[in-house]
This record gives sequence, structure tokens and C-alpha cells, in this order.
Amino acid sequence: MKGTLSIFKREFGSYFATPVAYVFILVFLMLAGFFTFQLGSFWDRSEADLRPFFNFLPWLYLFLIPAISMRLWAEERKSGTIELLMTLPITMNQAVLGKFFAAWAFASLCLALTFPLWITVSYLGDPDHGVILASYVGGILMGGGFLAIGSCISAITKNQVIAFVISVVVCLMFILFGVSPVLGMFSSWAPEVVVDTLASFSFLTHFESITKGVVDARDILFFGSLIAFFMFANALILDHKKAV
Amino acid sequence: MDALIEIDNLSKHFGELVAVDNVTFSVARGEVVGFLGPNGAGKSTTMKMVTGFLTPSAGKISVCGHSVADNPLAAKTAIGYLPEGAPAYPEMTPLGFLRFIADVRGMGASLREERIREVVSKVHLEGVLHQPIDTLSKGFKRRVGLAQAILHDPKVLILDEPTDGLDPNQKHEVRSLIQEMASDKAILLSTHILEEVDAVCTRAMIINKGRVVQDGTPAELQSRSKLHNAVTIRMAADKAASARNDLQTLNGVAGIQELTGSADQNGSVSFQVLASNGQSIINQVGVRMREKQWDVEEMHVEKARLDDVFRSLTSSDVSETTVSGGVS
Ligand SMILES: Nc1ncnc2c1ncn2[C@@H]1O[C@H](COP(=O)(O)OP(=O)(O)O)[C@@H](O)[C@H]1O
Ligand SMILES: [Mg+2]
Repeated sequence: MKGTLSIFKREFGSYFATPVAYVFILVFLMLAGFFTFQLGSFWDRSEADLRPFFNFLPWLYLFLIPAISMRLWAEERKSGTIELLMTLPITMNQAVLGKFFAAWAFASLCLALTFPLWITVSYLGDPDHGVILASYVGGILMGGGFLAIGSCISAITKNQVIAFVISVVVCLMFILFGVSPVLGMFSSWAPEVVVDTLASFSFLTHFESITKGVVDARDILFFGSLIAFFMFANALILDHKKAV
Repeated sequence: MDALIEIDNLSKHFGELVAVDNVTFSVARGEVVGFLGPNGAGKSTTMKMVTGFLTPSAGKISVCGHSVADNPLAAKTAIGYLPEGAPAYPEMTPLGFLRFIADVRGMGASLREERIREVVSKVHLEGVLHQPIDTLSKGFKRRVGLAQAILHDPKVLILDEPTDGLDPNQKHEVRSLIQEMASDKAILLSTHILEEVDAVCTRAMIINKGRVVQDGTPAELQSRSKLHNAVTIRMAADKAASARNDLQTLNGVAGIQELTGSADQNGSVSFQVLASNGQSIINQVGVRMREKQWDVEEMHVEKARLDDVFRSLTSSDVSETTVSGGVS
């Protein structure tokens, strides 16, 4: 626990040691605004909610979260600091979790900084604050899921570009399982159980159910166990690399 | 005997390549062991296994009595490690970096600041404490790595090429620092600079192609030099031939080595009288010289040359054993 916290503090602090983090936040906010107001036809809907924003969030995350996660382990390996980290008196799990939680905290901070959107809809109308709050919680959980996948993939390579590309592809699969045309492709021939199982692995399915305003235990469990699984795999990959 | 590092039949394979081949040794408290060898000999790989960064293919390592495989945290707590190239987080300042290391090593705030102050003055980092590490010179980066390694005053210190890339003054400083700390620690340092062994090590180990080919004090190592205690003589060329024949028969003389190209316009040449087993032969040679009343222009005892030993131990004639070892 103590070790995890030490790693977390260093990692989180390092995001703000260079201008990259600030640029990233700026890009994130600009894209969020663009998606919401332009593509999401925020003004034409004459409805006071943040639905356009949260509809686009998975697609925004698809590219921005791998941009955060790609450097997690690839950079440590490239610069050689992984040797330092792995020879400090902490366990592999503490190192993996410390870095993951720092990235998750950063991603959540980016999401939280979209709060002016919330203020705007509150000013313009009378939104359902419960639904919006639930959607933010869902966004944080989904971000954690994407990050866990990306962190695990980053442990495979020391090339950040490769880590980014593979992460985007894998994350895309986890989104597409929930898009009806893709499910339709399967439902024409596969048994319903298979289609349902696939759909149950989709980030979209779980995220959308949360954005309806109900934070269901099953959805939390889904993201929680997905994160746990990829953290476990992450530590396993790093352990395996020590033995090669 | 207080062995703080014990290495038992350690091997590491990278696919077909045998990087470390059945190495056994121990390092006791108070010892500074110089790990010598050409590039690719397996020095870094051995150190990475001792520090728990790489898992051995075979063999056991224990540090301060803790098995690195079974109790890695206890072993890592006892070790201070400077990895090759002194990696550090480039965006951090030395102060921030040292605070992070202290934090991970579980030091409380007051102990932390006290220890940081101490090591910063030891390695002379005062001037750059607040400057991002990636803007520092190679010498300062190396010192940051050293500071990090000794921050918790570890019982076992493992330094992979600690003086690489430093200027002569900095090298001298680092060596003094190592000597200063040596008494209550077990120190293993790798280098390919032979003078370093003379300067700081109580024991030298030469490793080649993953195998230990020589282990002893620097003096023992020197005595393995063919030239150890050899006497170089310079005299008139016309007398030299008979003198050489005469000296060859002396007790303790292993042979004569002519120094080609040593002849000059005055008709003088040089040759070396080699000592068998590195024993001192200057007395016998001197006595004979006076007896025969040779006109010697110059005579001196050769200083043993470590690089000579190093080359003879690590040049290709040992390679055949390594190849056969790789199959098993
Ligand atoms: N991760 C690795 N994968 C494959 N080969 C490696 C790896 N690390 C080291 N080697 C090889 O092992 C041998 C020993 O390397 P190393 O221990 O770094 O030598 P030294 O430190 O003595 O110069 C070299 O031939 C090197 O190429
Ligand atoms: Mg090396």
C-alpha cells in the first residue's frame, strides 16, 4: 500500500513536470467541446442534458486514453528507469497499480475539467443532475477500463507508437462489440448466447446503461473485474520479461 | 567471514546465448570486488540478477542472508544499485528524485532530509539540486545515480561502471567515495578500466564470455603478468648477445625477450629478462652484471601490467570452453 502510494505520487507529479500534460488537457477539452456543440448538435436539441457529450466520450477515449497509457511502461523500458523501479523494495503489483492509478487519476481529472459543460446546461435549462453525475462516474470507470488495457499493452514493447496503435485496435474491439451493426453481423449466424456474451463485453453496453442514470452493480463489477484482469496480466507480462 | 553477497552456480541464457555461465563467488563485508571484463562478458547481466531485475536461468543468489528469489523485498532493501548508464527520471530534479527514492525506501520526512543532505554533499550535487535531470551533464547524472544508490546507507552496494564517462577528477572523487564507504559494506563494481582495480579494489575478478577466469587480489593478478618483475636492460649491441646467453642460465629467469626496434644509432639495444612465476630477479641480475662488468646504460624492473594479464585471459583462446558450456 505504502509502495503503491509512493509510485502514485511520483507518477502523478511527473504528468505536470512538462507542458505535455497541459497540452493534452487542452486538446481533450477542445475535442470534448467540438464533439458536443458541433457534431452533437447541442443547440438544436433544445433539451438540457449532456447526452451529446457522453455519446461521444467512448470515441474520444478511444484515441486519447491510449495516448496516456502508451508511455506507462514503454518509456520506463526505453529510458532504462524500469531497472531502477524493479530493483526498489516494492512488489510488482505495487509498481503496476501505482502507475495505473496515477494515469487513472490524470484521465479522471481531464474528464472532471469538462465541468463547464455541466454548468452551461444547468444555466440553460433544468437537467437531471443525477443522470449527469452517473454519466461522469461511468466515464471514469470506462476510462479506467481503457487505461488498464493500454497499460498492459505498453508493458509488451519499448516503442510507444506501437503501444499506441495496438491499444487503439484492442480498445476499438471492446467498443464495437456493443454497436448494433457489428452485433448484427454475428446474430445472423451465431447462437444468441454468443451474441449476448460479446455484447456483455462491450464498453458501450455498460457505459450506456450507466448514462441512463442507474449505476448498476453489474456495470461496476464489469469495469472492476476488467481492470483487475488487465492489471494482473500487466504484472504477469513484466514478470515474464524478467525471466526471458 | 561475513559474506554479504553469495552467488552459487549462477547462469543466464538469452535464447542460445549463454551470457553468464555457472558463476560462483561471494563478497564479504569490507571487500571491494572489481568485476572486470571486456564488453559483453556478462558483468551487467550478473549484476541485474543479483539486484533482482533479471531472473536467473539457474543458480542461487543470497544477499545479507536473504534469497533474492524467495525474499526479494528483504534483499532489495539491503542493496544499493547503480544500473549501467545511471538511469533516472529525466523530468525530475535531483532533489525530487532523491525524495522519491527515500519515500519508496520508507524513510520518514526528517530522516529523509538528513540523508539527502548527507549524500548530496558526498557526491557534490548542491549546485544542480533544482535542475531537471535531463539537462544535467553526464558526470552529474552519474552522481545522481550514485546518490540514489547510497541514500539508505545499504550494506551491499552494486555499481555498474560507476566512473564511466567521468573526467579524471570526477573519477578520483568517486573512487575516494567508494573507499570511504568500503569498511562496513560489501561492494561489487564493474569496470573495464584496469587502473580502477588498482585504485579501489581489494579483489579483482576477471570475467570473460560469462565465466570467471581469474579471482584474486590485484597483486595476485599482477603477478600473473609475464612481465611481472622482469628486468629491462639497455646496453651496447655487440655485448648484448653474450649477456643474454649468460643471463638466460640464471636461477629464476624464465627467458629473454628482445625488444625489436630498440636499436639506436649509438649501437645500443634493449631486452627484457623475464622472471619465472613473477619472482624478484633484480638481485641476481645485478650481481651477474657487476661480476661481468657489463657496460649497462639503463636497467629497470618492469611494473606489472594489468592490461597484459587482462588481454591474455580474455583473448580468444578461452572461447572454446564457453562454446561447449553453452550446449549443456
Ligand atoms: N536482454 C538481453 N537479451 C539478449 N541478450 C542480452 C540481453 N542482455 C544482455 N545480452 C547479451 O548478454 C551478453 C552479456 O551482456 P552484458 O552482461 O551486458 O555484458 P557486460 O556488462 O559485461 O558488457 C552480451 O552478449 C549481450 O549482448
Ligand atoms: Mg555492462
